[in-house]
Amino acid sequence: MRGARASLAGGWNYERNVFMAATSTSAKKRSLGQWLRGYTGQKYTTTLLFLLIPVVLLVLFTVIPAINMGIYSFQKRDQLGVSWEWVGFDNYVRIFTDTAYLQTFANSIYYLIGSFVQQAVALLIASVLCSKIKFAGFFKGVLFFPYMMNGVAVSLIFRRFFQKGDGITNTEGTLNSILMLFGADPVRWLGEPSLVNFCLVFASIWRYVGFDIIMYISAIQSISPDIYEAADLDGANAWQRFWYIVFPSIRPIVGLQLILAIKGAVSVFEIPYIITEGKNGTSTFVIKTIETAFKYQKVGLAAAMAIVLLAIILIVTGIQKAFFREDK
Amino acid sequence: MSSTTNKKKTVSAENRMYRLSRAFYQVLKYVFLALCCLVVIIPLIVVLIGAFKTHEEYISTGVFELPAVPQFENFKIAFVNGKVMQGLLNTLIILAVSCFGTIITGTMTAFVLQRFNMLFTRAVKAVFLVAALLPNISMQVTVFQIVSKLGLYNSLAAPCVLYIGTDIISIYIFIQFLNNISTSLDESAILDGASYPRVYFSIILPMLRPAIATVLVIKFVSIYNDFYTANLYMPGDNLSVVSTALYRFIGPYGAKWEVIFAGIIICIIPTLVVFLCLQKSIYSNLVTGSVKE
Repeated sequence: MRGARASLAGGWNYERNVFMAATSTSAKKRSLGQWLRGYTGQKYTTTLLFLLIPVVLLVLFTVIPAINMGIYSFQKRDQLGVSWEWVGFDNYVRIFTDTAYLQTFANSIYYLIGSFVQQAVALLIASVLCSKIKFAGFFKGVLFFPYMMNGVAVSLIFRRFFQKGDGITNTEGTLNSILMLFGADPVRWLGEPSLVNFCLVFASIWRYVGFDIIMYISAIQSISPDIYEAADLDGANAWQRFWYIVFPSIRPIVGLQLILAIKGAVSVFEIPYIITEGKNGTSTFVIKTIETAFKYQKVGLAAAMAIVLLAIILIVTGIQKAFFREDK
Repeated sequence: MSSTTNKKKTVSAENRMYRLSRAFYQVLKYVFLALCCLVVIIPLIVVLIGAFKTHEEYISTGVFELPAVPQFENFKIAFVNGKVMQGLLNTLIILAVSCFGTIITGTMTAFVLQRFNMLFTRAVKAVFLVAALLPNISMQVTVFQIVSKLGLYNSLAAPCVLYIGTDIISIYIFIQFLNNISTSLDESAILDGASYPRVYFSIILPMLRPAIATVLVIKFVSIYNDFYTANLYMPGDNLSVVSTALYRFIGPYGAKWEVIFAGIIICIIPTLVVFLCLQKSIYSNLVTGSVKE
């Protein structure tokens, strides 16, 4: 990419030189109007014209909020910002000492482990789908479709999936109905603090695994078929093929996905927000941030939480950049 | 003589074993895939069956029992009273405006940032790079005040402006694509006397068509499924989008799951249609799109 940019700049300079050479002989002194119509001037006017709206939007909705975030995180202030005072590092101290906030960090561990499981399942499915198999397109489509589905729809579907019947307004949900077919007793999946987070992680895997399958399939398909043929001639079985050919070739992607899983685990929002509304010990860091800002109107504290999240993301990105540099 | 036949026998025995294990693996693969598909389909089947039941049937029959007579009443309630129709309409408006906006501003930004190597463009590029890392939902803590100060709160304009203004991934996809479009095309146009805006409109924009397709697919999936932006900025009664219309079912229709199911199905149908029509290109576009993320 950098190389492309350098050659590009060279190209433009060359163009400009040709142009300058052509114009400088005919008109030594150019007026402002002429300069603007020339390619150097045009470069500036075009930049101004084309970037005006995007840069205004960038400043308004990204730069100013980001700066405000930093400032507010050291303040005690409400949503309107009528009365506010400096409180130093109080907000940050609270995040790391109050158990209500620490709990949300603990919850992200469920999602982190869940995404490791998700990667393993995706890799397994992808390698099966890449072998000689009929209806591969159908299987791929079915497994991928949940990723395309509306998050609210998915969450409502899983509210019903895990529901415990009460005999009056609700019959047993899907999972309990299946269990009862096998003679097991119905379980209060979402009411049991020890189970509820696993249920939410399951819903999350159900929704997102299709995307990873597609990513892994495209990685596996980029492996040269010659290598498989050679392995087949040597009589390698499916497992050997996976372990000695597929896995080493896609290891960088697996590594990258695992690093990205950390980012995902601290940013979980939609599924617990809609299925359990963050109740019953299922709150996540982002849900807590949003509640703090818009329900309890503590913008200072919420800003500090957003900064903490940003810090985690920056650290993870740093690790990712250090270990998985793009080869291009 | 006998030793060679023996050898042949053992070879064929080995061969048979090998074939058997092959066949066994093959069956195992199908069983595994079928099980995975069942896990995906079962929660959906329950929704499909339930949407056609009456309320009495819903509270008295099991989830896998079919309705005696399929009812379409639930769909009507969800579509009209539940305001899913309104939601679809609003979503369509937001989709159209923000897709158009993103493609125009995104390609223009990418053109300037990728083709002009100046201090200013490098600085803007760096800011975009950092901005891409900011956690979207948490950012709303402070974005909210800006949106309300601008008077955009509780209007369709709020999500449109945010989708256009904070979409950095699209700009990256365009820049990535522009890296592979040779500058000699621009140069020859310039030699013919074309201005830079002319180069953009006549050469760059048409060449970016595949990248625009990628961005459109990603935009559709993300905007159609986005819940939080609309939930935060458009609490008004007539301002629901598909996601928030469904979310609002939890209150009034909390005990009427058959109506919620109908709502879910209506909201999934457009996604299903898009998916079935564009399946192949969706896979490749999502992969291309995520490479830069």
